[in-house]
Amino acid sequence: MSHAAESAHDAPAILREVNPPALPRATLVENNRSFGWITDKICGIIEGKTPTWWWVCFVVACFVASFTVAGITYLVATGVGVWGHANPVNWAWDIVNFVFWIGIGHAGTLISAILCLLRQKWRTSINRAAEAMTIFAVVCAAIFPVFHVGRVWFAWYLFPIPNSNYIWQNFRSPLEWDVFAVSTYGTVSVLFWYVGLLPDLAILRDRFTAAGNRMRGWLYGFFAMGWRGSNRHWSNYEMAYLILAGISTPLVLSVHTIVSFDFAVSLIPGWHTTIFPPYFVAGAIFSGFGMVLTLMLPLRAIYRLEDLITQYHIDCMCKITLATGTIVGYAYGMEFFIAWYGANPYEGFAFINRAFGHYAWAYWIMISCNVITPQFFWFKKVRENTTLVWVLSIFVNVGMWFERFVIIVTSLARDFLPSSWGYYSPSIVEIFTFFGTFGVFSVLFLLFIRFLPVMPMAELKAVMPQADPHGSGDAGHGTSGRSH
Amino acid sequence: MAAQPYGLVAVFDTAPAVYHAAETVRDAGYKCWDCITPFPIHGLDRAMGLGRSKVPRISLVGGVLGFTTGMSMIWFTNAYDYPLIVGGKPYFSPMFAFPVSYELTILFTAFATIGGMFLLNRLPMHYHPVLKSDHIVRGLDDKFLVVIEARDPKFNLAATRALLEKAGGREITELEA
Repeated sequence: MSHAAESAHDAPAILREVNPPALPRATLVENNRSFGWITDKICGIIEGKTPTWWWVCFVVACFVASFTVAGITYLVATGVGVWGHANPVNWAWDIVNFVFWIGIGHAGTLISAILCLLRQKWRTSINRAAEAMTIFAVVCAAIFPVFHVGRVWFAWYLFPIPNSNYIWQNFRSPLEWDVFAVSTYGTVSVLFWYVGLLPDLAILRDRFTAAGNRMRGWLYGFFAMGWRGSNRHWSNYEMAYLILAGISTPLVLSVHTIVSFDFAVSLIPGWHTTIFPPYFVAGAIFSGFGMVLTLMLPLRAIYRLEDLITQYHIDCMCKITLATGTIVGYAYGMEFFIAWYGANPYEGFAFINRAFGHYAWAYWIMISCNVITPQFFWFKKVRENTTLVWVLSIFVNVGMWFERFVIIVTSLARDFLPSSWGYYSPSIVEIFTFFGTFGVFSVLFLLFIRFLPVMPMAELKAVMPQADPHGSGDAGHGTSGRSH
Repeated sequence: MAAQPYGLVAVFDTAPAVYHAAETVRDAGYKCWDCITPFPIHGLDRAMGLGRSKVPRISLVGGVLGFTTGMSMIWFTNAYDYPLIVGGKPYFSPMFAFPVSYELTILFTAFATIGGMFLLNRLPMHYHPVLKSDHIVRGLDDKFLVVIEARDPKFNLAATRALLEKAGGREITELEA
């Protein structure tokens, strides 16, 4: 509630003497757009005719998604043996893909929750799409562990539901913790997303009803719950949003911490390390921002959203990618240091083997994608070249997939007993299933941009200078009124 | 209109305008009235004389309930109903029960927060006189509305209209009940 005009009013006298410089604030909506422009722009995407490119992408995405359906159908009909898993590598692509997708989701929650608590206003134009990405990524992630249980019709055994065996889940197991972490994460992400959508659904309800499209007006209206923009409602709404942000922050940090416990709590060399929780969380945010860039840059270009996703937004996202990528790089180095410093021969071997063993190719792909790629974001010239940023974001996605592959597969393939060593390669069924999840994700994301507002209109308006009830900057009270 | 109207609605063009109008209406002593804005305006709660939201109390109840649910569920399943021997570990310890209880705390808090928000806002309410108004489309888009309800003891069609006019409101119209 402290605004320029207010705080200048009761500022201590010393401030006038030292005359602190007014720090320039980045413009979040360029070209001095009006509130109405934002509504028309975002709603226009939904109200307009379905573009041809959308249908092309949708058909392609459905086709790709059918690979997952085919892979899973074959798996369920035959048995989990159709995957390439065999002793000693009993966790492989399924868990790699699970961690990969869950990690991608984390940037959405970071943007919607942590950046909200830190009052980073630039989050507003990307948070809706990023939260959608989170939910769809969790959907893709959930496919893998659910089908890895083998007999998927018993997947409900994961939850404490009374059954005829009278035996309960073992709550000492990190895998059971994971069930609760991931299902809570999915549920809370959906709730958070829905609460954010509420005011925007109300706008769509009224616009469709006014335009005479009763069917869609009714449908949006049903989900808008009768929202009417009342300030008495906004008061509770904002408080609820703040609390959701407050609880989503420890949630997102705990989810990937618990995912890392799946490994860290075991005794396998290369997994049994205390650095895993922070390292996994940083990696998750890194990969998630990679995916946000991959999705938002084409969206910005197609729908001409340059005024809303400005160069400043891209700079911010690139810098977070750079920071988290560097943390990940530090973790890679620290793992090696501890392996040497800990003087455990198995641990030492596991890391030498990662870098120079049979899977060295995967290790060096990981290092080049995750440690070297983000370093380009130091340069303004790179950040301003959106094509280059997009290409680099793809490298980040690839690198983070390989990180999980390196961690999971190299450690299992070379465990304590040389007699049990093996080499894992995926079967065609696994490749189909994983490839198809990109289609599943794209189908969901395409439906999202077609039927729901891609940006939170209410939140965007609230960060514009006109939204300040005390007038912006030096303009003083009530003098900065403007119309279309 | 023969019947008593629901209230009066006035349109304002800017955030500062509605902020000052809210102060005027508050100072005039009205209780049953509201501002319709496309986004939450900072400080408008105070300008309207609203207290702090009560959502956090409901959230706290949810959180406490979630944590105790987690702890007691794990104690019941692993230590009481079917004591499970795993590696000679104790049947129950708050340590291993913590991660699940932590997640349930968050899950229950989220449901309580959102449920509390809907409850305190009396939503869903798909029918409301304000929603029937022609102004609502603009009120969620780029205009700001002030609605004073007829059930307010101070409500008087002429005097209230004059007050809204004085506050700078345009297109002052009666809302059908």
